[in-house]
Amino acid sequence: MEEFATLVDALIYTRSRNEKLRLIAEYLRQTPDPDRGWALAALTEGLSFAAVKPSTIRNLMMERVDPVLWALSRDFVGDTAETASLLWPELIGETGAPPSVSEAVERLGAMTRVSVLSELPRLLDRLDADGRFALIKLATGGMRVGVSARLAKTAFAQAFDVAVEEVEEYWHGLAAPYPELFAWAAEGADPPDTENLPLFRPFMLAHPLDETVVDLKDYVAEWKWDGIRVQLVHAGGETRVFSRTGDDISGSFPEMAGALTIPAVLDGELLVQGSHQGGEAGGAASFNALQQRLGRKTVSGKMLADYPAFVRLYDLLILEGEDLRALPWTERRARLEALMPRLPADRFDLSAVVDADHFEHLAEIRMGARDEAIEGLMLKRRDSPYVAGRKTGLWYKWKRDPLLVDCVLMYAQRGSGKRSSFYSDYTFGCWDGDPEQGAELLPVGKAYFGFTDEELKQLDRYVRNHTVNRFGPVRETDKSLVFEVAFDSVHASKRHKSGLAMRFPRISRIRWDKPAEEADRIEALQALIRD
Amino acid sequence: MAANFSWIRAEPHGIHVVPADCWIDPSEAVERALVTHGHADHARGGHGKTIATPATLAIMDLRYQTREGAVPVGYGETISLPGGVDATYIPAGHVLGSAQILLEHAGERVIVTGDYKRRPDPTCPPFEVTPCDVFITEATFGLPVFCHPPVEQEVGKLLKALRDHPDRCVLVGAYALGKAQRLIAEVRAAGHHDPIYLHGAMERMCRLYEEFGVGLGELRLVSDHTKDDLRGSLVVCPPAALNDRWSRRLPDPITAMASGWMRVRQRARQRNVELPLVISDHADWGELTRTIAEVDPAETWITHGREEALLRWCQLHQRRARALALVGYEDEDD
Ligand SMILES: [Zn+2]
Ligand SMILES: [Zn+2]
Repeated sequence: MEEFATLVDALIYTRSRNEKLRLIAEYLRQTPDPDRGWALAALTEGLSFAAVKPSTIRNLMMERVDPVLWALSRDFVGDTAETASLLWPELIGETGAPPSVSEAVERLGAMTRVSVLSELPRLLDRLDADGRFALIKLATGGMRVGVSARLAKTAFAQAFDVAVEEVEEYWHGLAAPYPELFAWAAEGADPPDTENLPLFRPFMLAHPLDETVVDLKDYVAEWKWDGIRVQLVHAGGETRVFSRTGDDISGSFPEMAGALTIPAVLDGELLVQGSHQGGEAGGAASFNALQQRLGRKTVSGKMLADYPAFVRLYDLLILEGEDLRALPWTERRARLEALMPRLPADRFDLSAVVDADHFEHLAEIRMGARDEAIEGLMLKRRDSPYVAGRKTGLWYKWKRDPLLVDCVLMYAQRGSGKRSSFYSDYTFGCWDGDPEQGAELLPVGKAYFGFTDEELKQLDRYVRNHTVNRFGPVRETDKSLVFEVAFDSVHASKRHKSGLAMRFPRISRIRWDKPAEEADRIEALQALIRD
Repeated sequence: MAANFSWIRAEPHGIHVVPADCWIDPSEAVERALVTHGHADHARGGHGKTIATPATLAIMDLRYQTREGAVPVGYGETISLPGGVDATYIPAGHVLGSAQILLEHAGERVIVTGDYKRRPDPTCPPFEVTPCDVFITEATFGLPVFCHPPVEQEVGKLLKALRDHPDRCVLVGAYALGKAQRLIAEVRAAGHHDPIYLHGAMERMCRLYEEFGVGLGELRLVSDHTKDDLRGSLVVCPPAALNDRWSRRLPDPITAMASGWMRVRQRARQRNVELPLVISDHADWGELTRTIAEVDPAETWITHGREEALLRWCQLHQRRARALALVGYEDEDD
């Protein structure tokens, strides 16, 4: 547990991704089974123990600490687990050696709502403050140390010098503490048997098209839909829905989990039925409608009725035990078309191929795409196999041109990691009326990329010389600099004073030349809302 | 209560000793000031007379060039003030020159601690427990979550980071008066004798400490050296310089900070600290409560920090206590 606690703290304080990878990899190499497997699960998915609730911790503390002192401390620290770890009364004398991670997991798993009140204290007594913090975080199922599943898998691959794609392939469907995974990677055993497990397969991704021009004889065009990319897997009698990052989101979309009963792995775009996104293959609602469904652990009947989900299919990876990934796209597409009649029509449709005579014609079609609220086009080599990640030359994404608006820099904040000495995160705003008539700027978005290192230095200097106010790491500027901001779309939002939220804003140009009064007004952005 | 201590009053900008018409650590310029120690929230320039220990006066002279009206009082010495008030300066163990001030008048004894700690500090004599009727204590770390670990443990972390990263440097943000010198002295005591590099703003205070007999080993200025010289070295700067442009000249620094606030993870993260070192020159919760119990005054007045929790503790332990609302004191980076 001490090594785990040290790792947790190091991850909390480390901002660099590479350093995080190094820390996790080192821990995985040096820690025995099954501790390292449990630790990995705790860091990524979070373990859950029915007997331990955040209120359990509070109740334990109320028996030991004056409630006023507890409340004052909790207020100051801002985190229940940390406050409890610091206020836990340490016993004098022999308390027993600190538990290992697996001993802690085993004991926590065996506790009941009643026994937890006497048994959890016995574990806490054996640890120091940092150990108690790690234990409480582990027990209440939320480490929040900035480790995504992807980062953990990359660290695992780095620790044992195996391919991250293979790690991804085996990881899902295996349960903590993942003995098969460690046996394979660390001890050279056979890879885990994946045939009958509903495993995630790494997605094939696209490069931006940029200046590339492709020949439509070699490439086929498809719409890129504004939903969320998902993979549906049915194997061993179970169906899973995975997100781009490989997270299992089946719980959020039970209607999709129930819709696939053929052993297969499908790639597509998850959308909500509606009339907003047209196209030949039926309507879909806006991305905002889909957002109603995201991130929910349980879904009400009303949600299912109001925002029914379906998947617009792009590709077929595996069908009834046959791995199709090495076949050319044209053959996979033919197999997918042949499969369509066997899938329920209310849950699946096929992403239509966009017919164009030549590249310029396609560009025209794409220009018209904005009105249909779709993200752009995909260009796929007709002979491309389905390979994990981004392979140059196989798939391109050709987003519609970004929307542009001129905004005024309002606040700047220090970046993190290498950028921590630079003011590199910018909040910008638009006028809420005529600036000559005393209009004010309202923040409309935040961006921290889109500029070169040289420009970053200039911006940093600019911020320092134009500061009118400081709040901790944030500086308020004199609002004299204009940014041309590019963004993908803009939506109505009650959370922001401006009533707007931009999707993917980035700095497209720094308009050193433009007076702030000539920046755009909120109305200009409102006109671009397409919900 | 026989005594009502009406001769000593807590006013918004300091503690007023009425019969002597003098002020303790006033936040505004006054005719006669008794100063506990040299930190900016206690020692301000511009007083007519400043009564303090020789080290505190030297520190104030360095900061405000105020030699005029300086009245030195050594530890254990008593000075007679107008109106029949005697003031005695007693070590507080906080920083070089820091003192508690014992005031005696009409048979009543009042102690103003200024800032203090109970842990050993190689740069100043330890806090002395002195009986009194009213004990006016600081409460900077007046919450039970604050328990400063042994300084050796924190210095150990620092030296390990230095050993583990010979191509980088460890940059420690430490308050320029007191914390920086104590840290350096503790690092020396732990057997680290390599040159230590300083931000320019720390140099004069370190020299002053050395003049007062606190050995700090070989100190060099960052500005006299190249990036490569600094690899594998310990660099000390004021907290404000940690994430500033100044740090760009250092070889991939590991950002550390020595402060009692580092006990709380969110505080450390807010400052982009990668290596938090819980080292404080203030009493932690255990020291505060132990000190009140040992001094065992008839009344405890609490100021300068989180008064509420300490007030609650006094209540729970049947001790008379009140919180003073003084202005001008702020969280030092301490
Ligand atoms: Zn102080
Ligand atoms: Zn102070």
